[in-house]
Amino acid sequence: MKRDNKVMPSLAEAIRQTGLRDGMTVSFHHHLRDGDAVLNLVLAECEKLGVRDLTVNASALMACHHPIVDFIRKGTVTGIECNYMHPVVGHEISKGLLAREVIFRSHGGRPAALERKEAHIDVAFIAASTSDRAGNCNGRDGRTAFGSIGYAMPDAEHADNVVVVTDHLAPYPVSVASIDERYVDAVVVIDSIGDPDKIMSGTTRVTRDPIGLLIADYTARALSASGLLEDGLSFQTGAGGTSLAVASFIGEIMRGRGIRGSFASGGITGMLVDLFQEGLFETLIDVQCFDRDAVRSIRDNEKHREISASTYASPAVKSSVVDHLDIVILGATEIDSQFNVNVHTDSNGFIMGGSGGHSDTAAGAKLSVIVAPLIRARLPLIVDRVGTISTPGKDVDLLVTQYGLACNPEKTELDYRLRSAGLPVFTIEELHERAVGITGVPGRHPSQGRPVARVVSRDGDLLDIIRAVNR
Amino acid sequence: MELIRKAKSGTLESSDVLVTVEPAGELIITLDSPVKEQFACAILETVRGVLEDFSVRTGKIELADQGALDCTIRARLTTALKRASQPAGGEK
Amino acid sequence: MRRSLLFLPGNQPGMLQSGGVLPADTLIFDLEDSVAAGEKDAARELVASALRSFDFGRRELSARINDLETKHAFTDLKTLIPAGIETIMLPKVSGGDMVQQVAALFDEIELEHGIVKGRIKIIALIETACGVEHAYEVAVASPRVVALALGAEDLAADLGCARTKEGREIFYSRSRLIIAAKAAGIEALDTPFTDARDTEGCYEDALFARSLGYAGKLCISPHHLDSIHRAFMPSKAEIEFALDVTEAMRRAKEDKRGAVSLRGKMIDLPVLLQAERTLHLARAAGLIQEEPDGENNHEA
Repeated sequence: MKRDNKVMPSLAEAIRQTGLRDGMTVSFHHHLRDGDAVLNLVLAECEKLGVRDLTVNASALMACHHPIVDFIRKGTVTGIECNYMHPVVGHEISKGLLAREVIFRSHGGRPAALERKEAHIDVAFIAASTSDRAGNCNGRDGRTAFGSIGYAMPDAEHADNVVVVTDHLAPYPVSVASIDERYVDAVVVIDSIGDPDKIMSGTTRVTRDPIGLLIADYTARALSASGLLEDGLSFQTGAGGTSLAVASFIGEIMRGRGIRGSFASGGITGMLVDLFQEGLFETLIDVQCFDRDAVRSIRDNEKHREISASTYASPAVKSSVVDHLDIVILGATEIDSQFNVNVHTDSNGFIMGGSGGHSDTAAGAKLSVIVAPLIRARLPLIVDRVGTISTPGKDVDLLVTQYGLACNPEKTELDYRLRSAGLPVFTIEELHERAVGITGVPGRHPSQGRPVARVVSRDGDLLDIIRAVNR
Repeated sequence: MELIRKAKSGTLESSDVLVTVEPAGELIITLDSPVKEQFACAILETVRGVLEDFSVRTGKIELADQGALDCTIRARLTTALKRASQPAGGEK
Repeated sequence: MRRSLLFLPGNQPGMLQSGGVLPADTLIFDLEDSVAAGEKDAARELVASALRSFDFGRRELSARINDLETKHAFTDLKTLIPAGIETIMLPKVSGGDMVQQVAALFDEIELEHGIVKGRIKIIALIETACGVEHAYEVAVASPRVVALALGAEDLAADLGCARTKEGREIFYSRSRLIIAAKAAGIEALDTPFTDARDTEGCYEDALFARSLGYAGKLCISPHHLDSIHRAFMPSKAEIEFALDVTEAMRRAKEDKRGAVSLRGKMIDLPVLLQAERTLHLARAAGLIQEEPDGENNHEA
């Protein structure tokens, strides 16, 4: 291996030099989200080279990664570790596609597992929109720019072998080395690492749905009454339409009261970029860009900071960004009376998601708020026991639905503040009754099949087991 | 009530149900629903209740459910039955 | 209290379900314009079923039935009144006789279903030149008529003028309607604002209607509810004055004094009535507490 030029003539050659063999673990990031081409390309190449029995450790598997199903059927892939799994892959796993159990972690738990040596990566394939010949690379420059490359940083540090896959080779040295050459073994140039237009998968616009807006309005009023909306506020919200509406309403309140926040973090959207540029937040801390505005902003603004997944949320390092969060707004598929939240499986037990940063931010933030409609297509949000525990109830403080709010019983002061502000606060049992009064009591048929996945907490403990759906 | 023709009511939008009824020699109820696991029994009970109210003992009843609540299922089925019992072009 | 009256399309189950949580004072289940000609029967059945099943809380339940000229109107009434509708919005009301006909029909339906006579009220939607011309006659045609509402879209079409955001073309009709309503001792309700995305425009429009004396505004989008409620929210000074007025009246009553003055001015009945209206609006906006002896049907 030449130290001054690591560029390989082909992906196959790059894979060969890593010494990749049967039974090893390869890793990927999902910064290109639904536009990622690299995971599929690498696995196809591995198949051609006859490498089998690989474990794929990916920060997330998106819809575009559905070819992995074929690679599993062919025996190229026999193991999966990830933080999120799109239903097109999840359904197959739930039907028993994979003999070994999938390991689900969180965005903070994944780097923590590497740091604690509970997980091991033999070869990390890191898609970068710009790299130099030594492997100094980033996701902010080049025609397929996707912004922050935070999820791949721990892989670069901990993998035995690191291959940077790029479609833009820049002269040495690139101006910003988000991942630097110390870690990189090989660089390979391909035609395209993916389609950055598909980064914006899912909703990244403020909802127009009146119910979503109603929930966002209750949430904003609850936050306003919580006592946390003060100078120095730190805030995180996801990319759902309702969460973005909350961000927009919070912006209005901050503007009105002259509040200046310290930082907004997480997956960054154009909405947060707008609030930041208006001066409502001092800094953006970005582990992942959710849309083109965020991609542009991280390149142009020094105070829009790129961080690694470890800095973002690892519980195995001395401290991380989530430990400084005041408020996080999160979604849920199900929540139970213990406030346990499920974002892994649907009402029929099929895998359809994953924690992402859910459990990390819920654990770290002073106030973690779940926003969700009380009823979705006749299914009540609140159940007796969630299908899968993704985030333990001890880390969830408040539920906001269009029918009212419910505080975790531990949060007596919050409950008092919200009631005093005239918000419609109920117990979670009362909201549950309200929901089933409308929908009827759903029949429950817990999956009885063999375990197909384990949900591992950010601390490395087993949180729950997901079983096969045999129907 | 006698079913004399095929008739539909409802839509495939979320929270709605598309009901199709047509005359048949026996009673055949088919249900397609994303919440079948949770609510098949409740839905069928509602359907049977409405059929009983209109004394409909035979017919092909097809429900393409999108998570409709009981009251919606009841209304859609009622409309479909009323439509199916009148000649085409009758009161709508 | 009818600050906001939200139309819900009668044939959309999801929207009807939302009615139970949207913060409108009145829900108007619409069987007319928002329902396709071939779906009138389905919408009627759906609304009736929803009325029987959902808890709409303290919201007033109203329905806009089909044009009385059509065959649907009668079936609409026969179906919805027994299902629990409280107020019927009559479209295209052109004169008092039309109201009297319907009122007679209400008498029959109420009798048949054991509903207290006169319980079902009427909001007359004035949306033709003829209707504007006969507005007062409509307002006094029956004690069931509780409000005149302006429907400016159809009216503009009838007048042959373009409908604008500024609304100069309906200024006369708006003025005429409020005079007719007040002369009859009932409420006037303003025409809906039609641009669902322009919430600020809706606020301005509602503020103007309030300045004319309108009690509330029809609403075609949930996005407008907040704007309308803001427009009908009394100012801090208004509330303080109203509280002072009622307090002065209370003390005068205690002391068995006849004449009452506040800040050197006599308080007469109109001032007291205005004050009570202000406090009513303030309570609805959550700016002051409910009266302790007031209704309290907050259910879980």
